[in-house]
Amino acid sequence: MDVVLLISILTITIRAGTSLLYATIGEILTERSGILNLGVEGMMIMGAVSAFAAAFHTGSVWAGVATAIVVGGSLALIHAFLTITLRADQTVSGLALTIFGSGLASFLGQRLGPGGQPLVGQVGPRFEKIALPLLSDIPFLGDALFRQDVLVYGMYLLVPLAWFILYKTRPGLHLRAVGESPHTADAMGVNVPGLRYFYTVLGGMLVGLGGAHLSLAYTPGWTENLTSGRGWIAIALVIFATWDPARAVVGALLFGGVNAIQFRLQAAGTTIPAAFLNMLPYAFTVIVLVLITWWEAFRKRVGAPAALGVPYMREEVT
Amino acid sequence: MPFSLKLEKRLEESKIIAFLVPLGSLLLALVFGAILLQSVGADPLRTYSAMIEGAFGTPVQWTQGDFYALTETLVKATPLMICGLAVSIAFRMLFWNIGAEGQLVMGGFAAGAVALWLPGMAPWLPHWAFLPLMALAGIVAGAAWGILPGLLKAYVKVNEIITTLMLNYIAILWLQYLYYGPWKDPKGFGFPGTAQFEPFTWLPRLIGRVHWGLVFALLAAIFIWLILSRTRWGYEIRLIGENPVAARYAGINIGRNIVLVMFLSGGLAGLAGMAEVAGISHRLQHGLAVGYGFTAIIVAWLAKLNPWGVVVVAFLLAALLVGGDQIQITMGLPAAMASVLQGAILFFMLGGNILTRYRVRIVRSLPAECTQEG
Repeated sequence: MDVVLLISILTITIRAGTSLLYATIGEILTERSGILNLGVEGMMIMGAVSAFAAAFHTGSVWAGVATAIVVGGSLALIHAFLTITLRADQTVSGLALTIFGSGLASFLGQRLGPGGQPLVGQVGPRFEKIALPLLSDIPFLGDALFRQDVLVYGMYLLVPLAWFILYKTRPGLHLRAVGESPHTADAMGVNVPGLRYFYTVLGGMLVGLGGAHLSLAYTPGWTENLTSGRGWIAIALVIFATWDPARAVVGALLFGGVNAIQFRLQAAGTTIPAAFLNMLPYAFTVIVLVLITWWEAFRKRVGAPAALGVPYMREEVT
Repeated sequence: MPFSLKLEKRLEESKIIAFLVPLGSLLLALVFGAILLQSVGADPLRTYSAMIEGAFGTPVQWTQGDFYALTETLVKATPLMICGLAVSIAFRMLFWNIGAEGQLVMGGFAAGAVALWLPGMAPWLPHWAFLPLMALAGIVAGAAWGILPGLLKAYVKVNEIITTLMLNYIAILWLQYLYYGPWKDPKGFGFPGTAQFEPFTWLPRLIGRVHWGLVFALLAAIFIWLILSRTRWGYEIRLIGENPVAARYAGINIGRNIVLVMFLSGGLAGLAGMAEVAGISHRLQHGLAVGYGFTAIIVAWLAKLNPWGVVVVAFLLAALLVGGDQIQITMGLPAAMASVLQGAILFFMLGGNILTRYRVRIVRSLPAECTQEG
C-alpha cells in the first residue's frame, strides 16, 4: 500500500483516538475506585460545547480547555454526591447525567453564540498541529506521531503516568484497594468516600478534556450531537481494556482506526452508502465487546473491580 | 468540617415522604430551570406559562371546544407509555435495556415495510388484514432487536447497556439508509422519506391526531400489570430483580427469563414504532427516532417501574415535551429545555429517595480527640 496513505490513516487514527482515550482513562480511574459513571457521554458533550463556547468568546483555546475540565469535573461531582453521599443507584444516576448533559449541551449550543445566537456554524480558535523538532523527522512514524496538536502530546504523557500511578505507587494501591475491597481499605485507614469523590471528579475532568479535543482540534466547532456516542464507546473501551490504562491505548487506536478508514473510504468516493460506513464504529463496538467478554470468561479472568457499582456503607460491617 | 451529615436508617419506608419526594423534585427542577432561563436572558415565569398553555391549552380554548394542545400531548404520551412499559419490565429484573429507541425504529421499519410492499406483492389480501400484520411485523422486529442483546447477556454475559445502546445507532442509521436511498419516494421532490402508505394501512384516529396507539398503550399497561402481579412468570421477574442470588437458588433460570423479558420489552417498543408510522407519519421519514426510547427510561424510573405509574408519568413528560416545542416556536427558546428539566427532575428524585430510607441529621462534629473511640 501507498506509504503516504498509510501515514495519513495513522495520523487520523491517533487524532480520532485521542478524545476517546482521554475519556477512557478518566472512566478507568473512576471505575477503579468502585464508582460506575455512565454519564460519560453527557460529560463529554458538555465538555465539547463549553470548551468551544469559552474558546470562541475569549479567543483562547486554553480557556476552552480549562472550562471543559471544570464543567466535566462539576458534572461528575453531581454523580459523586448522589451515589457516594446519598447512595443513589449508580446506573440510574449515570443515565440521568447523560440525559441531562445532552439536553443542556443542546440548549447551551443554541444560546451561547454571539449575542445569544446559536453556536452552530461559528468558527473559533482551534489547536494547530505542532511539529516536534527532531522527533517529527523520524521517517514514516514521525509525521503521524509527532506532527499533532498539543492535546495529543498531553495524551502521550497521561497514559504512562496513569499506568505508573495505578500499579507502581502507594496512591495507586489505595485506589485499587478502594475499588476491590472498600472494607479492607477502610480498615487500613484509607478514606474510602474521599478517594471515591476524588477519582470520580478527576475522571469527569479527563472526560471533559476529551470533549474539548473534539470541539477544539478533531472536528473544530460545534454541531448538535457532536460526540455521537463516543462517550458510550469509551465505556465499552474500559471493559475492553480490562480497566488497564495501557491496554486502553490499543482499544482507542483500534477505534480511531475504524474512524480513519471510514474517513478515507468516504474521501476516496466509495460506493458503500454513508449510513453503512457510519455504522462501523457501533457494530465494531458490539463485536469487540462480545469477543473480549467471551475471551476473558474463557481465561477465567475477572477484569472489573470487585466493588464496582456497590455503595460503600460502613455501618453494614458487623 | 464543623458539621457533617449523619444518616439513620428508617425501620420502614416513610409513605408521606415517598409521596413528597417526586413533588419536591419537580419543584426543585423547575427552580433550577428558572435559574438557567434567567441566565440566558429569558423570563422564567412567561416561559413556564407558555409551556403549560402549549401542553394543555387554556380554559378559553376548552370552552370553544379547542383541545388541540391536550390531544398533541396525548399523541406524544402514546409512544412514551408503550416504551416506558417496555423498559420498566426489563428494569424490573435489573436488565438495563437502553435500546428502546432502536427497537422502536426497527418496529417502525418492519411495519413500514409491510405497508409499502405487501399491497403490491399480495393484492388478493383483504384490507383489514394489513394493520394486524403491520403490528405483528413491528412486534417481531422490535423483539428481534431486543433479543439479540438479551441472548448476549444471558449466554456470554456481555454488558447489555453498551450493546442495547450501540444497536440504537445501528437501527437509526439503517432506517436513514432506506429513506435516503433505495426506499426514497421518487415523487418526493428530493425530500428524504418513503412514499405515503395506502390509507387502509393507517391506524384510525380517535380525536385530533390521537390514534389507536393510545388504546394499545392502555392495553399494554393492563397486560404488564397482570403479568407482574398475577402470574408465576411475573413473580420470577420480580424475584430476580430483588434478589438474583435467591432467585438462582430457587431454581429460576435467569438466562431464559432475560431472553423472554427482552422479547416482551423489545416487542412492545417495536409496537410503539408501528403505532408511530401507522398512526402519525404514514411514511418512513426523519423524525421517527426523536428520543422517545430515552425519555422512556426517565418515565420508567420516575414511575418506580409501576405500570400505572408509567401511564401517568408518560402523560406528564409528554406535556413537558410539547411545552418544550411550544417555547421553541413562540419564544425562540431551545426545545432542549424539556430534556434539561427531565434530567434535573431525575437528579432530584434520585437524591430525594434517600429521605424515604434514611433520616438525615446534621450533627456538629466534636473536636477530633473527643471522637476517638476506645
